[in-house]
Amino acid sequence: MTLAPPPSSRVQLTEDGKLRHFLSVEHLPRSLLEDILDTAASFVDVGGRAIKKVPLLRGKTVVNLFFESSTRTRSTFELAAKRLSADVLNLDIAKSATSKGETLLDTLRNLEAMAADMFVVRHQDSGAPFFIANEVTPRVAVINAGDGRHAHPTQAMLDMYTIRHYKGGFAGLRVAIVGDILHSRVARSQIHALNILGAEEVRLIGPRTLLPTDVEQLGVTVFTDMAQGLKDVDVVIMLRLQKERMDSALLPSEGEFFRLYGLNNEKLRHARPDAIVMHPGPINRGVEIASEVADGPRSVILNQVTFGIAVRMAVMSMTISGQESNPDHGGDHGR
Amino acid sequence: MAARAHLLIRKGRVIDPLSGRDEVADLLVEDGRLVRIGASLDAPGAELIDAEGHWVIPGLVDACVHLSLPGSGRAGDIASETRAAAGGGITHMAAQPDCGPVDSTAVVRLIREQAGQAGFARVLPVAALTQGLEGNQLAEMATLARAGCIAVGQAGARVVDALVLKRGLEYAATFDLPVMFRPQDAALAGGGCAHDGPVATRLGLPGIPAVAESVDLARDLLLVEATGVRAHFQQISSRESLWLLREAKARGLPVTADVSIHHLLLDESAIEGFNSHCHVIPPLRGAADREALLAAVADGTIDAICSQHQPVGSSSKAAPFPASKPGISGLDSLLPLILKLVAEGALPLHRALDAVTAAPARCLGIQAGQLEAGRPASLCVLAADESRGLASHWLSAGRNSPWRNATLPGVVKLTVCQGRVSWLSD
Repeated sequence: MTLAPPPSSRVQLTEDGKLRHFLSVEHLPRSLLEDILDTAASFVDVGGRAIKKVPLLRGKTVVNLFFESSTRTRSTFELAAKRLSADVLNLDIAKSATSKGETLLDTLRNLEAMAADMFVVRHQDSGAPFFIANEVTPRVAVINAGDGRHAHPTQAMLDMYTIRHYKGGFAGLRVAIVGDILHSRVARSQIHALNILGAEEVRLIGPRTLLPTDVEQLGVTVFTDMAQGLKDVDVVIMLRLQKERMDSALLPSEGEFFRLYGLNNEKLRHARPDAIVMHPGPINRGVEIASEVADGPRSVILNQVTFGIAVRMAVMSMTISGQESNPDHGGDHGR
Repeated sequence: MAARAHLLIRKGRVIDPLSGRDEVADLLVEDGRLVRIGASLDAPGAELIDAEGHWVIPGLVDACVHLSLPGSGRAGDIASETRAAAGGGITHMAAQPDCGPVDSTAVVRLIREQAGQAGFARVLPVAALTQGLEGNQLAEMATLARAGCIAVGQAGARVVDALVLKRGLEYAATFDLPVMFRPQDAALAGGGCAHDGPVATRLGLPGIPAVAESVDLARDLLLVEATGVRAHFQQISSRESLWLLREAKARGLPVTADVSIHHLLLDESAIEGFNSHCHVIPPLRGAADREALLAAVADGTIDAICSQHQPVGSSSKAAPFPASKPGISGLDSLLPLILKLVAEGALPLHRALDAVTAAPARCLGIQAGQLEAGRPASLCVLAADESRGLASHWLSAGRNSPWRNATLPGVVKLTVCQGRVSWLSD
């Protein structure tokens, strides 16, 4: 008996398996993730050219819907859309509509009237982009730019791009993700992506207060000791630690966290000699990572940002082309 | 309001879980009273109801319904929701104190008046234990009981201060008022919206751990023991809670418990895809919890099964999962889902029916849920093997249910509530 496709892939893919929304990495086929990485590779050069634009999204309107503010992520999406020649509208909803009591559904109905082609959504509630993809007209592509603790799929894919760039592939790789796993949408998306792409082992390292219940079921090995967890890994991904964690009794102090789980050169010695160090940013120096590592030769943190624009260009162009090949879209061609 | 019924219900399979009766028989209802159950009864002038091939069971008793009063933020009103109850074979329902709140005789009077005018089901208000459900000062429990409240409770608003709770229980015990508890420690629940398990972890939803319930239940049980009050625990959801309840019952504490029908049929996997129709409090827990809850109903650790009816408007569910309003509209589906559990072999028929009739009546301390000659007739004639899609027959104003698009067995043909016909299908 074949099982019905899980809901996330049903929403995200067209009937012939093309990406029409990008909401979560989970349940996507490996070939599709590799397509994203390959497409991104073709865009990496664009940033180096004198004229940094390709016309793939000419005449399309991309709306950045940020219900939670994030200058960095929004800027890279904006840049990616502009390099694809799209018109971009930035809406900082955190400060406008919802504070006046308008429901998310009301906000969406209003935005639909703008005849946008794509929503890039950042929202504090897990699942919000799924809700939006299900509620807006089918011809609008929805890209998840981070929802609650659930997913941040473009961040995970740019991390995969970075890993593939430096390590050549995923076979045999051991990857450690360190720190506040509990609140991290980035970690959840990275775990799915690494498992789909065939990494040898995904390790999580942190104190038990920052490890979610039953997280092993995501296909990871859990460590609470940094030396054991880092032993022989090829990639170390450090997560940002929010200051609020101390107030909610998850940790006693930044100092103790840094002593136990902060990455310095001494701890990094447990990893393989050619291990790379990554961080989704923005980094807290002296909290989760020491400057000697962040600015050191193994750090690829700044390259991640460059690759991030290419990966977002890839996902944007793929979802728009998935939307156009979608039967639901047919009626709008004559407009 | 319908006149007192004069009915001869013929040749139905009469099932009365309390007495154990299960036989084809006739029932005679005269002047609203169930006067006789027997073979080939004769009653000139009575309206004949042909129940051949149908079941005749006691009217269902629902121990947990959240009422729709203006200001409660719920869909519908008392008339619409009691009508949904009648259509679902329910004749008695305990209304939770979280509307109003039920801490003044004016609110009790309003509820009773509206329910009486509608005439579809007997609404039994539960009074607030503390004023405004705020957990600080005691409500006028004795006065509220005299106005018609059958018990006191706090609905979802837990009394944080253990001294206030202890005094509240002592005061309730003074008047032999049963206290209804819905255990969940707010700090441990910590703003969560789903069971703290593998599904919530994957979906990134803030979790409510099972210990949020059992820690609070442990405190409540110790205070019940210290005060000697009669206690009913509502919507038990976890295995750990069952250990505590079993132990308390074994020691002879005066406690009863219920579970919502949804927790017997669904587990945490139902929220996959961020299905806000499965957003309920307490959250749907793990598969092992669900199994344990079914076993606990079978062995009597859990006495009753309730609908936990909470009708909310469609806009309250049209939101991302954590922002959606919790609750399932349960009146329309309670009886069909009981039959589904029986059909799947999850519960024996008599125990399953007992859990929605005589057992909840016992938990609430009311006379109902049985077919007993001499008492006002409350019963339901049911085509148990007839299936239908629920959506086209849905009566509640709350359409928030994961079962709305299901096809389930059980069509209620006739409901008689306290001697009056409250539902007659065409």
